[in-house]
Amino acid sequence: MTRIRFHQNLDELKEKLLVMAGMAEQAIQRAIEAYRTADVSLCDLVAQSEPAINRMEREIDQRALDLLAMEQPMAIDLRFILAVIKINADLERVGDQAVNISERVRDLQAGAPVELPVDIPRLADMAAKMVRNALQAFIDGDPAAAERVLTMDDEVDEMNRSVYRTLTRCLEDRPEAAQQALNVLLIARNLERVGDHATNIAEDVIFWVRGADVRHHVAAQN
Amino acid sequence: MGAAIEVNNLNAWYGSNHILHNIGISIPANQATALIGPSGCGKSTFVRCLNRMHETNPIARVSGSVRLGGIDLYSDMEPVAVRRRIGMVFQRPNPFPTMSIFENVASGLRLSGGLRRRQMEEICERSLRRAALWDEVKDIWKKRSGASLSGGQQQRLCIARALAIDPEVLLMDEPASALDPISTSKIEDLIFELKADYTIVIVTHNMQQAARVAEMTGFFLNGYLVEFDATTKIFTNPADKRTEDYITGRFG
Repeated sequence: MTRIRFHQNLDELKEKLLVMAGMAEQAIQRAIEAYRTADVSLCDLVAQSEPAINRMEREIDQRALDLLAMEQPMAIDLRFILAVIKINADLERVGDQAVNISERVRDLQAGAPVELPVDIPRLADMAAKMVRNALQAFIDGDPAAAERVLTMDDEVDEMNRSVYRTLTRCLEDRPEAAQQALNVLLIARNLERVGDHATNIAEDVIFWVRGADVRHHVAAQN
Repeated sequence: MGAAIEVNNLNAWYGSNHILHNIGISIPANQATALIGPSGCGKSTFVRCLNRMHETNPIARVSGSVRLGGIDLYSDMEPVAVRRRIGMVFQRPNPFPTMSIFENVASGLRLSGGLRRRQMEEICERSLRRAALWDEVKDIWKKRSGASLSGGQQQRLCIARALAIDPEVLLMDEPASALDPISTSKIEDLIFELKADYTIVIVTHNMQQAARVAEMTGFFLNGYLVEFDATTKIFTNPADKRTEDYITGRFG
């Protein structure tokens, strides 16, 4: 075993990313919980966590950049650092989606309560599960688990389309509920984006471990 | 123009030590091929088999075939003829210290004989230009000794000497490992230029160098060629775990 210090640095980079992952996951969980329980104080916590997530994103990028410059990594180590840089960006975007959702929850709570025939908690659970599973695949370096995350994305997309169809009908039929329907529509879209970020993370895990590019169904085309 | 090298079932021994085991490799023409691997893995022995230098040691032995442009170097060609077609540059620059720069480059030509001094000068100038040394020595090349040059210049002088006999292949055994970074990048730039006219095989311990200069890379370990593939593949996603462990520093 050689390059011990370098491999310790890679382990530390992974730990940092897992801290970042924890922060992003907590933000999205809190935003979902705020929707579910109508607890606006959780929205404040999400907003407060954003600067810390952004700081962590810059710190991780800087560490990864330093390792690329100083250690000139090869093969699986090179792929790992590239994966970390990309996953880092996706996690920061998950944090942004959490902020977007919590802002919509504030608007919802400010308005008159209306019943809308859509199951946002189910969509939220699925999107959050995708993030959790993608991160677990990263922790375990498990491309098979990452592949299972990819298949979940279709389900999330379908749920989002269903919400869209239902709520656009609401907008036409119940003008008095338009404001609230629009907020819920945006939340559904934010959750769908969270699923997309989880998909990206899973693809990066596959690239890191197998060296295979599975983005945009490249594997299927070849 | 460079020529392709086809190696099949090549084995090499020093006495009873079996150094190379069943090496098979197709080295493409007019490209740089890098050979990497830990010390003692057989990569230097391998390149010495390519121009029949291995057998100059009395206890050394070779079996298998090495074909250059379809001709077997071991059964169809004399060693001297082989070395005219396959030049070599070593780790430490080794100009002849008592000869001028010109005489150093001309030394290989003198062995073949039959050239007038004027022709020899033309060939030497062309070789020094190809080795990117001409501009630095054009005013001193007939007066100053080869040993008066810097290490990087001496190595380019040795490259000019190898090029003077107009080979098809240039073997380079750690050509930049004794040089500073500026001289190293000059050698690497030169390799890039030379590919147009020659097939280059470079042994290097510097993996970044292999990644920078070579289209193809072979990884040797314990006398076996473990993996041979496009350089980008070897350094981003090698097929063999042993290659990956070596290039990521997990052993060696």
